Amino acid sequence: MTHDDTATLASAVRAAYERQTPLEVVGGGTRRHLGRAPDGQPLSLASHSGIVEYEPSGFVVTVRAGTTLHDLDAALSREGQTLMADIPRFSAASTIGGAVAAGFTGPGRPYTGALRDSVLGARVISGTGQVLAFGGKVLKNVAGFDVSRLMVGAFGTLGVILDVSVRVSRCPEDVQVVAFEMSWPEARECLKRWEGDLPLTGAFYHRGVLSVRLAGREARVAAAVRELGGEKGRPEAFTELRDLAFDFFQAPGSLWRLLVPPDSPWDPEETLIDWAGAQRFWVTLALAQEVREKAAQYGGQAVRVWGPDRSEGPWAAPPAATMALLTRVKTALDPRAILNRGRLYRDW
Amino acid sequence: MRELTEQKATVLPATFWRHLRRILPPDGLLTKPTQVAVYECDGLPVYRARPLAVALPRTRAEVGLVLALCSRYGVPVVARGAGTGLSGGALPHAHGIVLSLARLNRILAIDPDNRTARLEPGVRNSAVSEAAAPYGLFYAPDPSSQIACTIGGNVAENAGGVHCLKYGLTTHNVLAVRFFTADGVLHEVGGVTGEAPFDLLALLVGSEGLLGVVVEVTVRLVPKPPATVALLAAFRSLAEAAASVSAVIGEGLVPAGLELMDALALSAAQDYTGIPYPPDSQAVVLAEVDGDLATIELDVAHVRRLLLGHGAFAIEEARSEEDRRRLWLGRKSAFPAVGRLAPDYYCMDGTIPRSALVAVLAEIGERSRRYGLPVANVFHAGDGNLHPLILYDAKIPGELERVEELGAEILRLCLAYGGTISGEHGVGVEKLDGMCAQFTAAELATFHALKSAFDPHNLLNPGKAVPTPARCVEPGGMHVHEGRMPFSSLERF
Repeated sequence: MTHDDTATLASAVRAAYERQTPLEVVGGGTRRHLGRAPDGQPLSLASHSGIVEYEPSGFVVTVRAGTTLHDLDAALSREGQTLMADIPRFSAASTIGGAVAAGFTGPGRPYTGALRDSVLGARVISGTGQVLAFGGKVLKNVAGFDVSRLMVGAFGTLGVILDVSVRVSRCPEDVQVVAFEMSWPEARECLKRWEGDLPLTGAFYHRGVLSVRLAGREARVAAAVRELGGEKGRPEAFTELRDLAFDFFQAPGSLWRLLVPPDSPWDPEETLIDWAGAQRFWVTLALAQEVREKAAQYGGQAVRVWGPDRSEGPWAAPPAATMALLTRVKTALDPRAILNRGRLYRDW
Repeated sequence: MRELTEQKATVLPATFWRHLRRILPPDGLLTKPTQVAVYECDGLPVYRARPLAVALPRTRAEVGLVLALCSRYGVPVVARGAGTGLSGGALPHAHGIVLSLARLNRILAIDPDNRTARLEPGVRNSAVSEAAAPYGLFYAPDPSSQIACTIGGNVAENAGGVHCLKYGLTTHNVLAVRFFTADGVLHEVGGVTGEAPFDLLALLVGSEGLLGVVVEVTVRLVPKPPATVALLAAFRSLAEAAASVSAVIGEGLVPAGLELMDALALSAAQDYTGIPYPPDSQAVVLAEVDGDLATIELDVAHVRRLLLGHGAFAIEEARSEEDRRRLWLGRKSAFPAVGRLAPDYYCMDGTIPRSALVAVLAEIGERSRRYGLPVANVFHAGDGNLHPLILYDAKIPGELERVEELGAEILRLCLAYGGTISGEHGVGVEKLDGMCAQFTAAELATFHALKSAFDPHNLLNPGKAVPTPARCVEPGGMHVHEGRMPFSSLERF
């Protein structure tokens, strides 16, 4: 389905700006449980969908926000291509706009980059209803502030994403997963040794087992599998991790991501280690404050993914002066705080 | 040369100067015309202006105090690293001060275990890789001026380099920064993975000193690839060479570098270095492939097949560091080499989608013939970043104007193909007019609103990077007269 809904959406935002009534921006609705519960009337982008431009030989696709990742994946795979960033597909309804707004990247991040790394440009509706384009569809572009990347992970609080230009890459010829029983310190040493020497595209550590994903040219992957040995693992484990679909992520409590220096000690309470040590998933009933302090103790940050208490946002507030700066940035793009009000922080 | 004219004499109260002297070390304030003259321009010397003074703080605290003081007195501040920028981003403000960060040049920490480096802004780019080398690591962004340019400047300009095709630009390699807003308040953004509620890192990187003054940068270090192979392929036409680049990219290969030189650039480089290219070369493609040994063999064979399939009639291969250096020498010295072909050249910096290379190069060639002005092409073909060099003689009346007209046409061509007016050199003062062609008034107003969020009184590098709505005239480029550029011994572009 291809439909350009820009004019309708822009006038809806303009009207909301004039009436000062907040809007909840919704794509496929598969990420509405992430972040704080926003105020406002739903503004659906589901019908604003379709590929705007796709030149396979340029490895860039420009796509409307309401396009489902399912449809986008299908169009790319017809050309033997896939999105460069390893982003979650929570369900068949998940949209590219929602993915960019949430900003999550899966286990491929240390090897194929973060989602924000592969966003080249975006068209957005500002909080005053203006349609604005930033960045572009080329790899190197230093004209203007990088507002398109700013949209990634802002949970739709800085603009309604209309379409994005993102990088794509060639589908690997082969994907294999191998697993090893070992301690975390051993696993970390192995990962450091293998990076750059092996076609790694993911690695996670869970219950005493290091699972490693190898992808790329068939001959190279086969050689790597021979070289490494280990048990044959399930490639689906990596897409399940990417989509936060493991059963234990649903256990009672809140799901947290702890972003810490990779050499931080391993706490058995942490459910799973990803990103070569830099991301630790933790499902816990502990208070938000305790979790945030735990991450801070290692010089890191804790990001709340989901949980029963919707009053707690993903991120702790930064120091007051920096919070004031964030608020001014928010105000520059959405002066009446009508876009996803309350989704990231209370009141804006 | 375009001197920025003095509008009115600025007299700052003696208390301002007294306070400023008290903040800075005894040798940390330059006010004499002879001292200040050194800072009149950056790597784009056609624009010059003399600042009221140059402040040379040694510590982060001093930087904050200088900013707070200037904020109190409404004094414009232009932050400066090594001054190697190519768009006038560090051009002083005639009524303001230059804030040099060159003395904040300590490497605060190399953390090989977590693969990060924490740096003061005045650390030279290449010093980071040198410090990381004992651990088998390096800092990937490698702008051609890397032996002189600083990390702080790299952050301001979102510096790239030959290897950014594979390893990314500065924005992909910075994890956290500490910076002052114009009011002298310190902020920290980013973190272990760079993630944050708002990606202010993305805004700051490439903001050309308009949003804040960076005083500490944490960068990602990457392991050195086990092996590197360079290939030089000679073609009988520019179109074939450009098509081969599109083919390599189109196959999904990601070489560490993929560069192209046309016939004019080749003959200049050959005369300059004395290293001959294969006879009858009309264009040369340089490809560098790195990675693990097994992958490299597969990739090199694949790239070779594509180059040969698109008409390469000779391919040289280099594996040792010395051989690779020799293969790259002509490319690295192409700009000073071209500078000897004519009294002046005008360097453009547009980027286009890589699938449009053949078409855009043909159109540039057609316009070059129509204007009767030779254009040499030496550029980062792999990421579509063009550097057409228009050769001319400024002493011929009217020639400069025709060059600017041709330059404007080339930039419009880049935009028409879905590209941008600046791939890596920045907007600075030089491409302000081009910004009007690329962005609408509402988009420019958004940039100004963001600027105000960081710097409400417009004191940090005012007048650069984002044009006022009143200004929109014609796109611009970069002029080099008789090869006179500061740091003329540096490799460039």
